[in-house]
Amino acid sequence: MIMAKAKPIAEIISCLEGFKKILVVGCNGCVAVCEAGGLKEVQILAAALRIHFSQQGKRLAVDEISLTRQCDKEYLEDLKDQLDAYDAVVSLACGAGVQFLAERYPDKPIFPGVDTCFLGVTEEQGLWSERCQACGQCVLASTGGICPITRCAKRMLNGPCGGSENGKCEISVLVGRDVPCGWHMIYQRLKQLGQLERFRTPAEDKDWTASRDGGPREIIREDVRP
Amino acid sequence: MTAKTPSNLEKVLAAGHLAVTSECGPPRNGQAGVVPKKAELIRDYVDAVNITDNQTAVVRQCSLAACIRLKLMGVDPVLQMVTRDRNRIAIQSDLLGATSFGIHNILCLTGDHQRFGDHPNSVNVFDMDSTRLIQTVRMMRDEGRLLGGYQMEEGRPQMFIGAAENPFADPFEIRVLRLAKKVAAGAQFIQTQCIYNMEKFKLWMKGVRDMGLHEEVAILAGVTPMKNVGMARYMKNRVPGIDVPDAIVKRLAGVPKERQAEEGINICLEQIEELRREEGIRGFHIMAIEWEEKVPEIVSRAGLFPRPKVD
Repeated sequence: MIMAKAKPIAEIISCLEGFKKILVVGCNGCVAVCEAGGLKEVQILAAALRIHFSQQGKRLAVDEISLTRQCDKEYLEDLKDQLDAYDAVVSLACGAGVQFLAERYPDKPIFPGVDTCFLGVTEEQGLWSERCQACGQCVLASTGGICPITRCAKRMLNGPCGGSENGKCEISVLVGRDVPCGWHMIYQRLKQLGQLERFRTPAEDKDWTASRDGGPREIIREDVRP
Repeated sequence: MTAKTPSNLEKVLAAGHLAVTSECGPPRNGQAGVVPKKAELIRDYVDAVNITDNQTAVVRQCSLAACIRLKLMGVDPVLQMVTRDRNRIAIQSDLLGATSFGIHNILCLTGDHQRFGDHPNSVNVFDMDSTRLIQTVRMMRDEGRLLGGYQMEEGRPQMFIGAAENPFADPFEIRVLRLAKKVAAGAQFIQTQCIYNMEKFKLWMKGVRDMGLHEEVAILAGVTPMKNVGMARYMKNRVPGIDVPDAIVKRLAGVPKERQAEEGINICLEQIEELRREEGIRGFHIMAIEWEEKVPEIVSRAGLFPRPKVD
C-alpha cells in the first residue's frame, strides 16, 4: 500500500492565499487506510481551514468530497459537474492521484495535502513502515523474503556493512529510533530456512533501468488492452 | 607469493615482511600543502599511505587528487574509494584516472552513511557495494574489461586490491563469511577496523584461519592510538561498529590528563605486540586520526623501523 502523511497545515494554507472557494478531495484507496487522505481526514482538514480563515476574517468556502480512487479516470469523472464552482482544489491522494486529477482538470489549480512517503505495511494502528521501493526487479527470492534495497540504508547486495550493532543499522543513532539491520534479518532468515548458501554467492550488479533510474516507467499489457 | 603489480605494499608483503600502512585525511578546503605535509611526517615509517575518501561522509579534498600528490612525492598511495558517492560510471572513470597516475593500491569501501556527515540531506548512490567494487577492479585489471563490456587494449589498472573488514560488527558469525566473500571477489589485503577488543578479534582470527583465509589474503591489523579518555568514550559510544572495552576507558581515565596521550600510545604498542604474535597477521594499519606525527614513534618503538626496501 502507498503510505502518506498529512502536510503541515501552514504549508497548505500558504498555497490557498487569494482563493475564495476550495474543494478538499480525499481518496478512499491507500491513503484512507493509512489515515492520511480519506473522508475523515478531508473533514478534519476542511474544518481546520474554515476555522483558520474565519479567524483571519476571510470569507472562504471550503467543501468536502472523497473519491473511490484518484488514480482511475472513471472516479475522477465524479467531479466533472462540480469542479467549475471552485477556484482551487486540495487533493489528499498520493502523488499519483494528485497528478492524475490535475491531468483530468488542467485548468484548475490543484495542491497536494499530503506527502507521499513509501510502499509499506500497517504494523499496528498508527505505525506504518516501508517494505518496497518498487525497483522493478524483485530480489526477494534470494534474500529470504526480506528486501535489501529497502531495508538496508546502503541498499547493499552482498551482506551487512561494518556499521551494524546489536542488529541495528548504523543510522539508528542519527534518526533517533531503532532501525533493524536489513542484512542481519536476511542472514537470520536464510539461516532459519537452511539457505545460507545464497548468502555466500556474490550478487551481480543490479539493473537499475527497471527502477526510477530508467526514467518514468510504464507497464503495457497487450493481453488486457481494449 | 610474488607481487603482480608495481605496488610497494604488495612487494613488501610478497617478500614476507610485516607491512605497515597509515592514513592521511585530506583537509576540508583546497589547500595544496596539507596532505604532503602529513605524508612527509610518516613517509619513511610506512610502506603505503591511505588517503581517506570523504570519511564519515564529511566533504574533504578528493582522495584521488590527494593520492596523486603522494605519488608525485614518491610515496605509495592507497586510494580509498567508497561507493556511496559514485555510480559505476564515475567509479570506473576514477579508477582509470588513478591508473594514469600510477596509483597501484585501492581500498574498496561502501562508506559511512551520508547522514553521519555534513550533508545529511544529500542523496546517496550505492550503485554497488564494496564486494562488487572489489570484483570490478579485479575484472578491469585481470580481464581488461569495463562493466559495460568494453575491452581495453592498453592501460589496464594495475592495482593491489584491498578491502576493510570489521570483526566487531554484528552479527559476529557473519563476519568471517563476509571476509570469505570479499576474498572470493578478489581482495588481496584487508585493513581491519580499529582493534580494541582483543578477545573478540582473536575469535574472529580463529574463524579466519579455520577457513584458511589468512593464507589467501594479507590481513593488516588496524590500530588507533587514543589521545585521551574523551576520545575513548566517544569511540565507544558514538562511532558505529567500534568496540572499546571498558578496561581501556578505565585505564585512560586512571592517569592524569597530561599523561593520557602517552598512555594511549602505550596501549597501542601493547596491542601491536600482542597482535604480531597472532597467526595470520601480516602487518599493521596505523590510523592516528589527526595525530599523524605520532606514527614514527609508534613504528619505531614497535620495532618496525626501518621499513624494508623491496625494489
